[in-house]
Amino acid sequence: MIKSTTPSLAPRRVPTPAASWHDRKHLVQIGLLAVLLLAPLSAYLLGHVYYVNLASRLTLIAMAAVGLNLAIGYGGMVSFGHAAYFGLGGYVAGISAYHAFDFTPVIGWPIVIPGSDSMLAIWLATMLVCGLLALVIGTVSLRTSGVYFIMITLAFAQMVYYFANSWPTYGGEDGLPIYLRNSLPMVDTQDPLTFFLICFGGLVMSLALTSRIMKSRFGAALTMARLNETRLATAGIAPYPIRLVAFVISAMITGLAGALYADLNGFVSPTMLSWHMSGELMVIVILGGVGRLYGPLAGAILFVMMETLLGGLTEYWKLFLGLVLLLVVLFAKHGVMGWLAGRERP
Amino acid sequence: MTLFIEQLINGLQLGTMLFLMASGLTLIFGVMGLINLAHGSFYMVGAYATALVSAATGSFLIGLAAGIAAAAAVGALVELIVIRRLYHRPHLDQVLATFALILIFSEGTRWLFGSSPLWLNAPAALSGSIALPGGSRYPIYRLVIIAVGIMVAVGMYWLISRTRLGMRIRAGESDREMIGALGVNIARLYTLVFAMGAALAGLAGAMVGALQSVQVGMGEPVLILAFVVIVIGGIGSIKGALYGAILVGVVDTLGRVFLPLFFRQFMTSSEAAGVGSALAAMLIYILMALILAFKPKGLFAAND
Repeated sequence: MIKSTTPSLAPRRVPTPAASWHDRKHLVQIGLLAVLLLAPLSAYLLGHVYYVNLASRLTLIAMAAVGLNLAIGYGGMVSFGHAAYFGLGGYVAGISAYHAFDFTPVIGWPIVIPGSDSMLAIWLATMLVCGLLALVIGTVSLRTSGVYFIMITLAFAQMVYYFANSWPTYGGEDGLPIYLRNSLPMVDTQDPLTFFLICFGGLVMSLALTSRIMKSRFGAALTMARLNETRLATAGIAPYPIRLVAFVISAMITGLAGALYADLNGFVSPTMLSWHMSGELMVIVILGGVGRLYGPLAGAILFVMMETLLGGLTEYWKLFLGLVLLLVVLFAKHGVMGWLAGRERP
Repeated sequence: MTLFIEQLINGLQLGTMLFLMASGLTLIFGVMGLINLAHGSFYMVGAYATALVSAATGSFLIGLAAGIAAAAAVGALVELIVIRRLYHRPHLDQVLATFALILIFSEGTRWLFGSSPLWLNAPAALSGSIALPGGSRYPIYRLVIIAVGIMVAVGMYWLISRTRLGMRIRAGESDREMIGALGVNIARLYTLVFAMGAALAGLAGAMVGALQSVQVGMGEPVLILAFVVIVIGGIGSIKGALYGAILVGVVDTLGRVFLPLFFRQFMTSSEAAGVGSALAAMLIYILMALILAFKPKGLFAAND
């Protein structure tokens, strides 16, 4: 019964109104992407590699937040544990490179899985591993809702964190270095600008995927699962599997961002798994504007700018981050995108 | 066997401290419907105030009173300025605003007092140890912590089931519009409950501060354990918080000691230490997942 009505990813036939490219919202979106692309290009030409790497960091944090936004903003699932997928992605990159360096298999039994320093293999493995973890965590957590969901996702992420902390094989709390950045065929990933463009491609792909999902029948079902679960069920669609699939996709996007993030830093440690990371990803989604496609990008730009500018002035910049966040939550609910591009949807 | 008794008491001690944290959290959630991440900050405030005042006056008891008072005062202030704007907001806003409060409290404390830990010693009168059955000795201070926890649990039971304030709290849990209509000042009741929860967190921070060091971020691991406790116990239920806290405290403590010993039976000792400690770190979360698989609302779901 459910099977015949399970929404597909095909676009709806009904065209969305006011989708011209030159309205305010689209201009802001194009502007944000253009700034993100042009700033590191000019920094590279001027020889400031530091800023190219900063832009890569910003891009990856934005991509991780795009993943989280799919769960929180579009699906209404307030996950306080997305650092688990971010960090796990990082560990997939790290562990795979570690074994490729050592010529030892990642798993020797029952099937042999060798290590690899190919990014393509790592990305595939990241999606598989993060998807599986999200499937397990989501299956338990989505049985609950509200505060329970928040606390349970947090608790599971802490479980992964403590596991990584106390498992000695891959460095425990000291973390795991990636001596040589993982490779792609035909491009030099060591080059900062090339690596930035890879990250940028990842961000654009995840934005396009989110947009595509939300325009599909599946996206409509997900929106209805957030707004009115009973109505969705009355329409013959069970909300639970819709949420679970969205949760898994969300975790995969965040995981991919994590795998690239570990490659950017040449290092992965339990810090990537900590609940501060989960909190910061949520902060970025909120600063940008919840449930706005480009909100995570706007939030990440604001976050990294505050970190760089305030962090240069005072060691205690997070005090001011806290104050800004408090003011945004209390008085400016629509975030940066609400301010730049006007309000959207009820 | 001696080791087992010793660790069982350690687990009880952790459990009673978790109860002090969890009961405040669960009360605040039950009455006001608010999820408060900044509860760990009150724990830290209590510990800092106790350490500073004890160092200045030389008396642990005066310090302890100051710590509880400071945590309650900070709690009331935070409720008046920030928290009261959040009661009608979605949980996401509550999480983020209280996360912002954590950043403000942690960095503010680091700014004022620096990153190095403060030292707080248990009072000299309680620094001795007593003999346990089996011949080993156990520090009195830790037993006192357990006793304080039990006293608080009994006191809370009395407060909630026998006093007028408790009656109002219970009424607030079941129907807040109605008690407002009956002439109870809800705003004041909420501030009072919030300050009470903060005071309990401050008491826990002060007591534990004398065992461990008093430093920035000390409240966070405890906060997350307290979340696990109230999820297991059922959010909003004080009884659930009590049983959940004891369960988590004992399981966590025993797991950390005995799982590595258990794996040593059939592994080399370094491997056993690795596997055992990794598994022990995950044990309470696995316990939580198992309980939720059968009881999605926790062991003692309160209202609804």
